[in-house]
This record gives sequence, structure tokens and C-alpha cells, in this order.
Amino acid sequence: MSKLTEHLEEVTIRFAGDSGDGMQLVGTQFSDTSGFAGNEVNTFPDYPSEIRAPEGTLYGVSAFQIHFGTRNINTTGDFVDVLVAMNAASLKVNIANLRDQGIIILNTEGFDARNLKLAGYTTNPIEDGSLQKYHVVAIDMAKELKKGFIELDVPSKLIQRTKNLFALGITYWLFNRPLEATVSWINKKFKGKEDVILANVHSLQAGWNFAEKNEDFKKQYIIDKSQLAPGKYRNITGNQAVALGLVVAATKAHLPLFLGSYPITPATDILHALSGYKKYGVKHLQAEDEIAGITSAIGAAFGGSLAATTTSGPGLSLKTEAIGLAVMTELPLVIVDVQRAGPSTGLPTKPEQSDLMQAMYGRHGEAPLPVLAAASSSDCFNMTVEAARIALKYMTPVILLTDGYIGQASEPWQIPDIKSLPDITPQFASDPATFKPYLRKAETLCRQWAIPGMQGMEHRIGGLEKEDGSGVVSHDALNHQKMTELRQKKVDGIANDIPELKVIGDSEGDLLLLSWGSTYGAAKTAVEKLKGDGHNISFAHLRYLNPFPKNLGDVLHRFERVVIPELNMGQLKNLIQAKYLKSVIGINKVQGKPFKSIELEEKIKMLLSLENLNRWKANKGEVDIPVDL
Amino acid sequence: MKTLIDDILQKPHAGEMQYTSKDFKPDVDVRWCAGCGAISVLSPAQRLMPDLGIPKEKIVFISGIGCSGRFPYYMDTYGFHGIHGRALPIASGLKIARPDLSVWIVTGDGDNMSIGGNHFIHACRRNVDMNVLMFNNEVYSLTKGQYSPTSHRGQITKSSPLGALDDPFNPVALALGASASFVARGHDKDRAQLQQLLQKAHQHKGFSFVEIYTNCRIFNDGAFDLYTNAETREEHTVWLEHGMPLLFGKKKDKGIKLDGFKPTIINLNENGNSINDVLVHNEQDSTLAFILANMTYSEELPRPMGTLQNLERSSYEERVVKQIEDEVNLKGEGNLESLLLGESHWTI
Repeated sequence: MSKLTEHLEEVTIRFAGDSGDGMQLVGTQFSDTSGFAGNEVNTFPDYPSEIRAPEGTLYGVSAFQIHFGTRNINTTGDFVDVLVAMNAASLKVNIANLRDQGIIILNTEGFDARNLKLAGYTTNPIEDGSLQKYHVVAIDMAKELKKGFIELDVPSKLIQRTKNLFALGITYWLFNRPLEATVSWINKKFKGKEDVILANVHSLQAGWNFAEKNEDFKKQYIIDKSQLAPGKYRNITGNQAVALGLVVAATKAHLPLFLGSYPITPATDILHALSGYKKYGVKHLQAEDEIAGITSAIGAAFGGSLAATTTSGPGLSLKTEAIGLAVMTELPLVIVDVQRAGPSTGLPTKPEQSDLMQAMYGRHGEAPLPVLAAASSSDCFNMTVEAARIALKYMTPVILLTDGYIGQASEPWQIPDIKSLPDITPQFASDPATFKPYLRKAETLCRQWAIPGMQGMEHRIGGLEKEDGSGVVSHDALNHQKMTELRQKKVDGIANDIPELKVIGDSEGDLLLLSWGSTYGAAKTAVEKLKGDGHNISFAHLRYLNPFPKNLGDVLHRFERVVIPELNMGQLKNLIQAKYLKSVIGINKVQGKPFKSIELEEKIKMLLSLENLNRWKANKGEVDIPVDL
Repeated sequence: MKTLIDDILQKPHAGEMQYTSKDFKPDVDVRWCAGCGAISVLSPAQRLMPDLGIPKEKIVFISGIGCSGRFPYYMDTYGFHGIHGRALPIASGLKIARPDLSVWIVTGDGDNMSIGGNHFIHACRRNVDMNVLMFNNEVYSLTKGQYSPTSHRGQITKSSPLGALDDPFNPVALALGASASFVARGHDKDRAQLQQLLQKAHQHKGFSFVEIYTNCRIFNDGAFDLYTNAETREEHTVWLEHGMPLLFGKKKDKGIKLDGFKPTIINLNENGNSINDVLVHNEQDSTLAFILANMTYSEELPRPMGTLQNLERSSYEERVVKQIEDEVNLKGEGNLESLLLGESHWTI
């Protein structure tokens, strides 16, 4: 039976089911396979914060979204094209974001009276006509699977557990994906458990076969390969990328790596990854609390390790006093904050960019430190290495901001050639005759790093103010002024050592869209769409929040209007307005969700109207024009 | 996985190590109050250092906040003056990263039992090889005289003008309860004895906790007189020495006898009591250690001083190193290229 094929530029598919349905597993497999197939991919796991939520409930729904295509896949997809719903609750929770005419693949077994009731349906959506604007394929997956297993000697309980692979097989057929990658993964994963391997592989194939024969699947969709630079690729989450970045940075600096950390969502995956890297010599301490996490790292830094601590907002709050200690002792330390929605416990699994002010100023006293932000999952690798470079070169704690979105989302990452990455040189002291702990290099103002074991350089440091040069405790008034200024100057000077801000599009004009952190993907997609529609808009993205790139002020003042989208109430906007005296229009979203590119596109379109520009000019740019989402 | 630190570690100490206590006295004024108990701990510590046979660049003193926090400035070794309550995790991170170092923590009853209490119990159970000297003066001194977690109920301080309502921690019992492997108690009026205790703490592999009664002349003068003054201490304390009977009193004619789990006092000159009736200390018996620790606030019994417990247990940093070695032996040294490639990758 030959079926029609259709070429598509991009597709978003969402696997949704109960927490126990294995949706994260098939989602990961689908994204890996799409990567193998040469597509750009951006994925997001969306699982409940409940550990084992009761079966069939709305709050127990677990989903995995994959946005894949030929080009410009910068987000996890604004709308879903294909929804796999393993039960009624997963349909109910996820249907709102399904595109009209989208495909729904349903497992009818999950739509029995009990499941319908738990999901709050009074009638069965499969039968009541409420899904008419979608293309629905309802399948009794258990029944179909049984058919396929008649000749195989596999326990039926085991077969039941492979329904997710059956659903995956269907989607592989739908997008003409090869099965090999998943088959080899199954073989590796379940090595030694032959019946498990058999059941999973068989279900995957059965899904494919089912779709091929079933009349409801009329078309296969072909997504052409992307024009990616040649090289080796893998899918990577931001949290994995941070862990790898730390290991690589330590290697390039020829230093041992020490992680002091305390489990906290959504940063814990970094601790998980690094705790498994023992054969790379990584030492880690799962500390008794956040404070011990960072202070143990400070101790390790005093001893000459590349030290890091990883956390999320509430943890960053707890670490603030210790960060001040690292500022005062001028020790290298990488602090990774995988931001989540706050304040307080907030929305632990949901992203926000609302720790920027805390990263900048959340310490008592004048305590400046470099703040960086990763733009995407794979960029977390680069920015972690960069954070370590700055920490070691300038002898300073550095805060790297990521968030729950890019921390957990994955995208293809071109695996770097480690040899081609530049070496990092720690600022070790070498001459006991001239050593003083707070003597500074003229060029960077960094102090020297003398670590225990270096003979003749025994010294004492701590949180008390030091005399310039000698490092002896000093309460002298003018010395404190001098040291405060030196610490500030040191951080400010890093601006000479970071790339200038690049503007994409015209270097001056009406409107500059300026993003930072994880808003990069949505902003980039929106800009490309707007440009494609003939709008004139320039775009820039900030990775360095403190210090800002040297040319930022110039760039800002070359535009009539600057728009900053942020997942907060305007924190970068306020920083920029204060520093550059330039009015900024904020687009602010605090819903525990990243921006959709369409949201930014629409807001910017509105701003681009002549009427809006005139209003802005009439107000001399002094009045902010509210942009409600 | 050779690092720059390995180069530093492997560099032998240049010249001979013929230290005297003077080599550990930096050129700074000691700014504790005259007669402060802390001063009486500093000199035994400085005198002990040459005996350790460790180059001084390998010795690190770490403190938190409080009067005790100044200690590192008065030792000419590497030193780190941390923030309030956090000396232990700073020291833990250092020792885990650098097992070659001799790490000492100087803390107080406020720093260690109150703001740093959580770190203390976890440091006890974790057993990182380091030595904690806790100056207990039963008061907050640097903040000028408030009650501390070891102050007694009813103690009059600036923040308890009508008497403190809290009951105190018994530091040695807390340490034992949190599984510390070495637990001892000394005081500031017998420097030789204290130096001996510090030496023992150093020799013990793992976490060593030494509570040191230190008199605060300004805010809690004489708090320990009964247990530390030469005239009264023999009647009111009992020295714990492994394998030795628990005798006390000026004539050493009184002993501790166990009545079930209950320690009682017997007089060797009465009722036909003999030395054979007296409890013999076993510092490897953790049940006994608890019984002895709980004599602390008893009205009748002498206060236990010396080594309550001294257990052998692998230290945390040893386990860290071993885990890495075992993994390398099992799987070979990590190959960074293959780590970056991950479970699955593809080529374009």
C-alpha cells in the first residue's frame, strides 16, 4: 500500500501520558532519532513535580515536546502539530496548545469511564464530536499489541509496559524515521534482559507496521535535512552542558574539579552528572545544605581546585553571604544558578529570569562579581567554560545564570574538539620572596593564588577587609575605600576581555530587540519571521550581564527604541535604564513558561506600527508604553 | 588526570624542618583580652606544631566568627577566617580536595553549636580527617555578652537579664550522638594536658572534636573554675585515659563505678571498695562514651575530661579518593572525548 508524502519545514510533536507511561523515554528517543536524521531539534520535558502522582489525574500528566525541522529551530515550538495522548487527562491538559487540523493519536484504553472521570470529562471526547477540528486516530494500543505478540513467548504484563514504544513506532512511521537508533539504544539499555529487549523492539516495529497499514494515517511527512556545519553532534540539555563545561574547563586549566552542591530543582541534574564522573577525577560533596555547598567549594578553591557550586533561586539566596566571602577573599568560584520561578519556593519546576538582580546585587556591602547568562541548552557549555576562564583569570566568583527551561530542554550540540579550545591559565603565585596575597597584576588587577603546600607563602585570608597588597586585616578608612574601588575596577575591567555585542540587522534605526538568557530562541525566531515579512528590525543578544560589553551603550543609543523581553518584571530593563539613561520597552512574562516566538512577534509588530512610533516620540521616550501579554 | 596541584604536592619541602614554636608565631599582636582562655590554647597549639613533623606550608587553620575566629591570624601557617558558623564546610571542602593537608578548625560554642550547628552534626558523621578545637566559654563574647547554646538555664547575660530559658547542649554528647569518631574535652588551665589532647586529636584519623573550656574574663568569668582551677578540679573532674580506672579526688581515692548503666561514686577507703570495683575506661566503647558524656551536667558526679571516644573509621576523603581509584581501575581513566560524545551522537 503506497501512501502520500508531504514535505514540511518544521513540526512540533508532543508525547503526553500518565507519569508511568514512559513519555520522557520515547520523547528522548524521538529527539535523538530526529538528530540522527539530520534535523535541527529543540525539546522540552514537561513533567509533574509530584514524584508518583496518582494514575490518571490531571496533575500526574507527563509530557515531552519536540520541535524539529530543517532550519531555525530555536524554541520548543509555539504550537503542537501532533499530540500523542495516552489517557484522557493528558488530552485535557495538552489540547489547548494543539494547532487546528493537528493530529491526535489516542490510546482508547486511557479513555475508559474511570480515566474520563479523573480527567473531568463528562462525555468521551473521542465520541462527542468535541475533537472535530483535529485529525483524530483512536487506537486500542493494548489490543493491537496483543495481536502482534501472539507468536512470541513474552509475559503479557511486559507487553503492556511497552505501549509507549508502540506509540513511538507510529510517530516514526509518520515522519519516516529509521528505527535503528532506538533499537540499538534498547539493546544497550536492557542488556541481559532478553525478554525486555524483545518486547520493546517488537512494540516499536508493531507501531510502525500499524501506522503503515492503518487507513487513518493517510500521509507520511518528510522533513528535509538541515544545513548544519559538518561535525559530530549530540542532543544535550543545559544541565548536562554545564556539567561537561566544568569538566572541560578544569582540564583546560589543568586543575582538579570540585563541586559542592545541595539538591534543588531544576539544578540537580548537574550534581547527578558530575557525581558520576569519578573516572575523570571529579570530586563532589553533596553537602548538608546550600551554605555548606558553596563554602565547601570555597575551601576547595583555597586549596587550588576549580571549584563550583550549582543551585537554583532559593539556594542562591542562602549562598549570598558566602558569595560575599568569595568576593572578599578573591577566590575563583563558578556559581551556577538554574533559575526557577519565585519568590520563595515559587514554581520549582518552572523557568523564570528573575534572579538577575539577585545575581548582580544580592549581597551585603559592595560586592561586585561577573554575571554571565547562557542563551540556549548547548550554549550552557560555552558559558560554563567562559565562567571558569573569568573566575580563574581574575580570581573572582562568577555567577552563571541559566534557567529551568534551557537547563532541562535539549538541542543538538556540535561536540567541540577539546584540543582546539584555548588553555586556561590559573594565576598561581611563584616567588615567595615577593609574595603578598593581595598584590595585583597591573593588567587584570587579579591577586595571586598561593595555595597550601606552596612553601614560604603561608598567609591568612578571610572575610575581614584587607590592607591593599599585604592582605593584613585592616580597618583603615581610606584603605577600605581603595579596596572597594579595586574590587569594582577589577570586575569592570573584564569588559576589555569579552566580545563586543553584535547587532544582527542594521546597526542603527528604529527598533532594537535585545534579549538575554533563554529568551534568545524565541527572540531570534520572532526576528527572523518579522524580517521575512519585510519588517525592519535589529536584534542583539546579551551573554555578559556584568560587566556589560563595552559597546552596549553605543549600540543602545543608535536606536530610537529598545525592546527587552524578559521572564521577569523588567530586571535587565532597569539595569540598562539606570546605567545608560536610555528608555527601554519591556515585554515581561512571568507564567512559569518561556516566551512563544509568536508572542514576541505580535508585540513587536504592534510596536512597529507608525502610530506606536509616533506615540513613543510624542512622549519623548520618557514614558514606557505598556505591552501586555 | 595529572594537574598543576600534583606538581605542588610532589615538590619536597626545601631545607630541613627544624621548627620551634616560634616559627609558628606570626609577627602580629595577639588581640584577645588579657587573661582570655583562648591565649592558653594558642601556646600549646604553637608548641605542638613542631612535633607534628609536617612542613608548615601543609598546615591550615580555619575559623568562623567569634573570638575564636582570630586564631588563624596568630598561627604562621596557611589560614582562612571564614564566615559565621561555616568553618567546618570550608575545612571539609579543603580537606576533600587536598587530603595531603593537616586541617585544623578553631571555633566557639556560638559559632559551632548555634549558627554552625547543622554543619557540626554532619561533619561528625561524615568523618573528614580534621581537628576541631571548640572554645566553649558558655557565652557570646565578641557580640559582647549574650547567652549561647551552652549557657545554663537561668544564666544572666545581656540578652537574658532575667535568666536564660534554654537548656544547654552538652557538646560532647552532641558529637557522640552525631557519630563523631574522636571526642574529647580539655580546658585552658592545664596547657601540657591540653597539648597532649591536641596531639591525640591530630593522630586520630578522621573527625576529631575537642571541646575546650575557655574562660571569658569579661562576660562569664569563672564559669569553669570548679573544673579547671588547681585547687578544686581534682575533686570535681575525672580524667579519662584509655585502659585506666576512673579515679578522682585529691588523693585519687574516689572512683566511678557502674551500677547497671548508672555511674556512681565509690570511696576506695570505705565499705571494702577496691580498685577492682572502679570502671576502667575504654575509649573504643561507644556505649560507655555516652554514659560518661552524660555525667557532664550531673550535680553529684565529677565532670569527665580527657578522651571520651576514639574510634577507628575510614575517613571521608579517603573514601572519595578510593571511589575514584576503584572507578578508574574498573573502567580505566576517563576519556574526555568519549564523555563529550555521550550515549549517542551522529555525524554530519
